[in-house]
Amino acid sequence: MANRMLELKGGGFAVEVVEAGKGEPLLYLHGAGGHMPKDRFLSALAGRFRVYAPLLPGYGNSTGEENLRDMLDFTLLGFDIMDALELDKPIVVGHSMGGMIAAEMAAIAPNDIDRLALIAPAGLWLDDYPIPDLFSKMPFELPELLFHDVELGKELMTAGLDFGDPEFLKSFLVINARRLGTAGKILFPIAERGLSQRLYRIKARTAVIWGDDDRLIAPAYADVFDDAIADAELTLLADAGHLVTHERPDAVIEAIAALG
Amino acid sequence: MKFTWFNLMPWPDLPDDFREQHRSVWVDIPSSLYDPARGHEVYHTYLDQLEYAETLGFDGIGVNEHHANAYGLMPSPNIMAATLSRRTSRAALVVLGDSIALYNPPVRVAEEFAMLDVISGGRLVAGFPVGTSMDTNYAYGQIPALTREKYDEAHRLIRRAWVETEPFAFNGRYTKLRYVNCWPKPIQKPAPPIFIPGGGSLETYDFCLDNDYVYCYLSFTGYKRAKVLMDGYWKRVEERGKDMSPFRAGFAQTICVGETDAEAEELYAEHVNYFYNRCLHVYPGFADAPGYRTIKTIQSGALSQYAPKAFGEVATLPWKQLCDDRYIIAGSPDTVVEQMRELITGLRVGNIFCLLHVGNMPDEKTRHSSRLFAEKVMPRLRDMWPEWKNHDERFWIHPLEQRQPVTQPPSLAANGGSD
Repeated sequence: MANRMLELKGGGFAVEVVEAGKGEPLLYLHGAGGHMPKDRFLSALAGRFRVYAPLLPGYGNSTGEENLRDMLDFTLLGFDIMDALELDKPIVVGHSMGGMIAAEMAAIAPNDIDRLALIAPAGLWLDDYPIPDLFSKMPFELPELLFHDVELGKELMTAGLDFGDPEFLKSFLVINARRLGTAGKILFPIAERGLSQRLYRIKARTAVIWGDDDRLIAPAYADVFDDAIADAELTLLADAGHLVTHERPDAVIEAIAALG
Repeated sequence: MKFTWFNLMPWPDLPDDFREQHRSVWVDIPSSLYDPARGHEVYHTYLDQLEYAETLGFDGIGVNEHHANAYGLMPSPNIMAATLSRRTSRAALVVLGDSIALYNPPVRVAEEFAMLDVISGGRLVAGFPVGTSMDTNYAYGQIPALTREKYDEAHRLIRRAWVETEPFAFNGRYTKLRYVNCWPKPIQKPAPPIFIPGGGSLETYDFCLDNDYVYCYLSFTGYKRAKVLMDGYWKRVEERGKDMSPFRAGFAQTICVGETDAEAEELYAEHVNYFYNRCLHVYPGFADAPGYRTIKTIQSGALSQYAPKAFGEVATLPWKQLCDDRYIIAGSPDTVVEQMRELITGLRVGNIFCLLHVGNMPDEKTRHSSRLFAEKVMPRLRDMWPEWKNHDERFWIHPLEQRQPVTQPPSLAANGGSD
């Protein structure tokens, strides 16, 4: 995998992009947590596609988050990244917050995105299935919320981290404040910015992919996406939580590959 | 020196096992713990105390704004100040303050503060806090990373609304108004004195210095731990070439006065314990929403004072250590005078927000402590800043010379208000 910095038009953003693999070009938009250390889903994805995985401003070395405020800003940023990478109709894949952005992109420019994979996307709210408040969670509470296999989750999320070290803790707080501070602009306090009224516009062949034990965004949301998007195919994966990408990477990639 | 008597107005009936049964005193504490009939009594007791503080000679009486919590029962500080504005006649009404990013449109603050200033005859001190993360982000849903931008815009709008004499259009990012037209206008020109609660961020130091606002550190960990932060502020004042008037700064201090040191412990220890153990029992996940504090501030090491690190240990400290380590200033008038002097000179502050009601302290004890402070402590602290003639008119109220006396309704005067 190689990382490079990309200056976007308009001058407001510099975006770090992870590139890897060979095959069909695929744009991958990460969730609120960003990429994992040694991200095994990206590695698996690169086994099948030419992966372009930008880090949004506020994540990694990407900058310009002060210029992001609302949903339209995030959506247009997605297109600006596509343009800067000179991608023509890549497969657009988004997980969680990234899925929300990908869905918005496909709804706002339905003729520019013809293959879309939404993996446990945010963006909707059902009163009967309230989504837990991610922002008030302590780091130690996250594996329980995000993984079916909680032990695996702990291992993946804490790999190499030492919260006992005050200097590390300070840098963690800074990283976390940047990441979730940025994510909060579209996810806080409720991750709903009107997507439900735009979903009908999506023309892309769409894979809706969900872990059946998702404790953050319940699988009930999968049905709403599946029903509202004309050409959608739902894949519900057993023994997987919200980070289905890490618990069932091969099955997720299979569902994406089925888009053709 | 300016002494403001402050009541946080906590709920006094949190159960003994509150910490074990509930994760937080703020945001998700069940409101079944609140009893409105008891609340009636509590509000009147607290408001009576604020009025009593004026009769004792305090320079100001203070209220503030918090939401969804049992720590401070003033979601609307302006309502509290309004009741005080007609029942007091001399003291500054220190509203510390309105969380201006929460008012939609923020012109509401300009209007209500103007109302308070006019009703009180120019006695308003206007506070503009960002609000805690628990209040602003979790209880009131403001996006953490945009809160400060929204705050700055609200501040610009309010200041302009107070001085413009013709309607104007305001094209903000968060507020768009074709006709801003603030009726009434404050008596104090161009604005009442403005106090800003801060927690150590450089941006807030500069904001206060740019505008000649009073920087207020509302800490609960006492003046020794506040030294580093306040030294940082004064260093910035010097760097910016501003004068070193101590009235540029204020500090909140928990104070308990008894006839003797032993009496202070006997009377107040349990209530201090209630405050630290129950009123400050904040779930750490609510203390500091990601994005609420700027990156620069986090890097400087200034974390939320509501974070568990600040209080986990305090909750278990015995009285002696709370006093010895100066979390609180408690004891006989002599003891309190000595420590107050150390506080005032050490932090270089001209304003003290006196937290003389603490936790679930009953009325009688609150008045006892307040009276001893007013009679035996305050007079001995008046002359702390002789080189500033103990006053700086830039940072205090300017009431009308001739103020309308408030008359009692005849029915109240005749029968004490009962049916």
